[in-house]
Amino acid sequence: MTAAPTGIGARVKRTEDQRFLTGRGRYVDDLALARPTYAYFLRSPHAHAKIRSIDTAAAAAMPGVVRIFTGKDTAEAKVGSLICGWVVKDKDGNPHKAPGHPPIAIDTVRYVGDTVAMVVAETASQARDAAEAIKVDYQVQPACVDLARALDKGAAQVHPEAPGNLCYDWEIGVKADVEAAFAKAAHVTKLDLVNNRLIPNAMEPRAAAADYDAGTGQYTLWSTSQNPHVLRLILSAFVLGIPEHKLRVVAPDVGGGFGSKIFCYADETLVVWAAPRVGRPIKWTAERNESFQTDAHGRDHVTHAELALDKDGKFLALKVETIANMGSYLSTFSTAVPTYLYATLLAGQYTTPLIYANVKAAFTHTAPVDAYRGAGRPEATFVIESIVSKAAAELKIDPAELRRRNFIPSTAFPYQTPVALQYDSGNYPPIIDEATKVSDYKGFEGRRAEAKSRGKLRGIGFSSYIEACGLAPSQVIGQLGGGVGQWEAAQIRFNPTGNVQVLTGSHSHGQGHETTFAQIVSDKLGVPLEQIEVVHGDTATTPFGMGSYGSRSLAVGGSAIMKAADKIIAKGKKIAAHLLEASVADIAFENGTFKVAGTDKAVPLGQVVFAAYVPHNYPITEVEPGMDENAFYDPANFVYPAGTQVCEVEIDPETGTTEIVSFTAIDDFGNIINPMIVEGQVHGGIVQGVGQALLENAVYDKSSGQLISGSFMDYTMPRADDVPSFKVGYKVTPCPHNPLGVKGCGEAGAIAAPAAVMNAVRDALGPLGVRDVPMPATPLAVWQTIQGAQRKAAE
Amino acid sequence: MSISVSMTVNGKAVSGKVEARTLLVQFLRENLSMTGTHVGCDTSQCGACVVHVDGQSVKSCTMLAVQAEGAKVMTIEGLAPSADKLHPMQEAFRDNHALQCGFCTPGMVMSAVDMVKRHNYQLDEATVRRELEGNLCRCTGYHNIVKAILAAAPAMKAAGV
Repeated sequence: MTAAPTGIGARVKRTEDQRFLTGRGRYVDDLALARPTYAYFLRSPHAHAKIRSIDTAAAAAMPGVVRIFTGKDTAEAKVGSLICGWVVKDKDGNPHKAPGHPPIAIDTVRYVGDTVAMVVAETASQARDAAEAIKVDYQVQPACVDLARALDKGAAQVHPEAPGNLCYDWEIGVKADVEAAFAKAAHVTKLDLVNNRLIPNAMEPRAAAADYDAGTGQYTLWSTSQNPHVLRLILSAFVLGIPEHKLRVVAPDVGGGFGSKIFCYADETLVVWAAPRVGRPIKWTAERNESFQTDAHGRDHVTHAELALDKDGKFLALKVETIANMGSYLSTFSTAVPTYLYATLLAGQYTTPLIYANVKAAFTHTAPVDAYRGAGRPEATFVIESIVSKAAAELKIDPAELRRRNFIPSTAFPYQTPVALQYDSGNYPPIIDEATKVSDYKGFEGRRAEAKSRGKLRGIGFSSYIEACGLAPSQVIGQLGGGVGQWEAAQIRFNPTGNVQVLTGSHSHGQGHETTFAQIVSDKLGVPLEQIEVVHGDTATTPFGMGSYGSRSLAVGGSAIMKAADKIIAKGKKIAAHLLEASVADIAFENGTFKVAGTDKAVPLGQVVFAAYVPHNYPITEVEPGMDENAFYDPANFVYPAGTQVCEVEIDPETGTTEIVSFTAIDDFGNIINPMIVEGQVHGGIVQGVGQALLENAVYDKSSGQLISGSFMDYTMPRADDVPSFKVGYKVTPCPHNPLGVKGCGEAGAIAAPAAVMNAVRDALGPLGVRDVPMPATPLAVWQTIQGAQRKAAE
Repeated sequence: MSISVSMTVNGKAVSGKVEARTLLVQFLRENLSMTGTHVGCDTSQCGACVVHVDGQSVKSCTMLAVQAEGAKVMTIEGLAPSADKLHPMQEAFRDNHALQCGFCTPGMVMSAVDMVKRHNYQLDEATVRRELEGNLCRCTGYHNIVKAILAAAPAMKAAGV
């Protein structure tokens, strides 16, 4: 692909950067509202307790307090339950258990951070001061915190509607067929894993501000949302009953999401609900400790997996048993994550013919768990890529070679996996070839020996991931229990003077859509980049859209823009035919100009647009005036990015410290619109994956349910000196079913990296007889593992 | 109880009434409506609120507004030399795609400018990474931030800033 200076494939500098670099970004908390009030939410300090009584009298008398609301108020006002929008049916065909989730706890609190009261005051400090004066009489109950034992008899019960804390017991694949394959296997590799719980920690804390106009009955919610239309739909149709046309949701500049800002939370619900009751605008911004306690967490699986291989190392079958944590209440898409976004990915890049997975989802007295960057796919990749590397070690086969032996051949696409998905395209061997080359895999043993001479343990790890993203074909989603469509919308609106607004249902919270989408339109319609404005994030101005998550913005949102551009061209051809006195069939469009094929007669798009708005010389009886086209795009399939990461680590056995000395990522994202932006997505994803592997861990005290890792002082976020610079590269197999030929790139880094890092750590410790290390492989965990291995060796 | 406080922010004399507990970042954001300086945490870890106070980088959430009485404060809004020209560090962030969501960016840029000056425009990758201890970014994986700062150091020297 030859890169035009600003078109598809060009490393265009981002147009949004000017405002972010000069302090002129506008995030929710930056919003200036007339006569604002401020909300503060009193949160439960207990993981599980009955509320005997709440006394707000002293608090209500505090300076500046405007109103205090409790669960009694919301219950009396019949505020609905927060919903889970995806029905997962268990083995017996019954829908998952769906206990109610009141925005303010009514008589029971179920996690540390559960909302107990809302204080509205003249200032944020006054609201907070008053909340401290609210007296809540709690009767503390035993809490269920340990996921591995949540389904055991005798575990504290989270909801009476979900006996035994079981939300669902779901399976995919035919167990008997898989067992039969295992019976014939030459080798079986077994693996027990804990996929550690993570806290998303977008740098901008969640925030919401609401205003109610009593004159028009119009509500406005400014929210840190990845999908403002979906949020509006949930609030309108399910929770608050505000007519959809009377609620405007604006998601302005949003400071990172990573999934945590997809969901409909209690906080924004209550701010909207309370606005007319207070009669003034209400603002709320989470303090970081509230983000830790109440943002939906990610991952949190306990898994046993077994892989059956034949004598040549070909995979015969895979079986996986997982307990997945739902937390205390079901967040918006929680049920889908450990099922349809997890078990359907267990084929990975391999021809494994038989797969069975059983997933039991459990309630615990912890914060809700939902999608976090990758959502199910990192968990699947961690299982597959861990067990494949373990099998390679057991069989003494080179891990890259074992992968190559089992890759789906490039001639087999479209490839139907045994777990529902049909991969549309891919070519995996050249990716791992490139990854081994870039990472100098051949030279590794030399580097290991050199490190050993310095007393260091060096290891190398592979992770060959696949993901299904670009969510998603609506009918498939419907068949699987999803409650929404998964198309995207776009509108291309020319102004009479020739500049363009591109209105998109996608939402940018760091991805750079304002640049990438403008590049697409510039490339397609020949309009200079600086004349294109991409508008997103406001239900009042943009078409109904599904928002951004699941690496869908370009594959689905970008495709909708392409469709709208096609309509612009089709209409423009009719106008141009009139202006050029030619037949429509003879008009060609190229580089922003309509031409009569085979002649030098031409008219630029700008002139056609002007004619459409000033239709004096115009085919007015056949063509409507104006140049403003919208399109909806529903994808034919998911897209399937794939790649291989190679991580090399060096461990100091004296301290247990792991240093990542080299990290390579070779990805197939299909066609690439802006390589600079794509590389940035890969870097960020890798570091979130490295964070999971080495640093990050959401820890609840197993008896009290207190969140121990509840601040940046306790929860180890990756810092600049925890990671190296990365070597990234691409192989391209265009997606065959979307007009841009693109796949998603936002989640890949985070999906693949935990297994790459952990395989490197395991490889480094392998010579000591170590089989596995718990994730995150913190210095303490690694050091203890080494000590354990040395004790064992001495026995 | 409110206290009067006066200081210079981005070259302009400003004053306002604050509570004793009002943080410098709150004074900037709430009293002066200068919302370029961000608050990303409550434990002085994230660095989104870094500004310069009397020429040194400071987390404006660790300082009371009254402690800045009489000080010269520079925020991200005051860094660029003019409306149509960016500071070399801002340029380098843009050229190297060192920002995504933009939330940590003001603090990152302000820390980076101070870092370059403290190291007399001489930096290497390891130093930059170590010096970024006090600034968290969740989007970029730091790769491009490190690149940008390394690129900005000679550019700042050449520009005499």
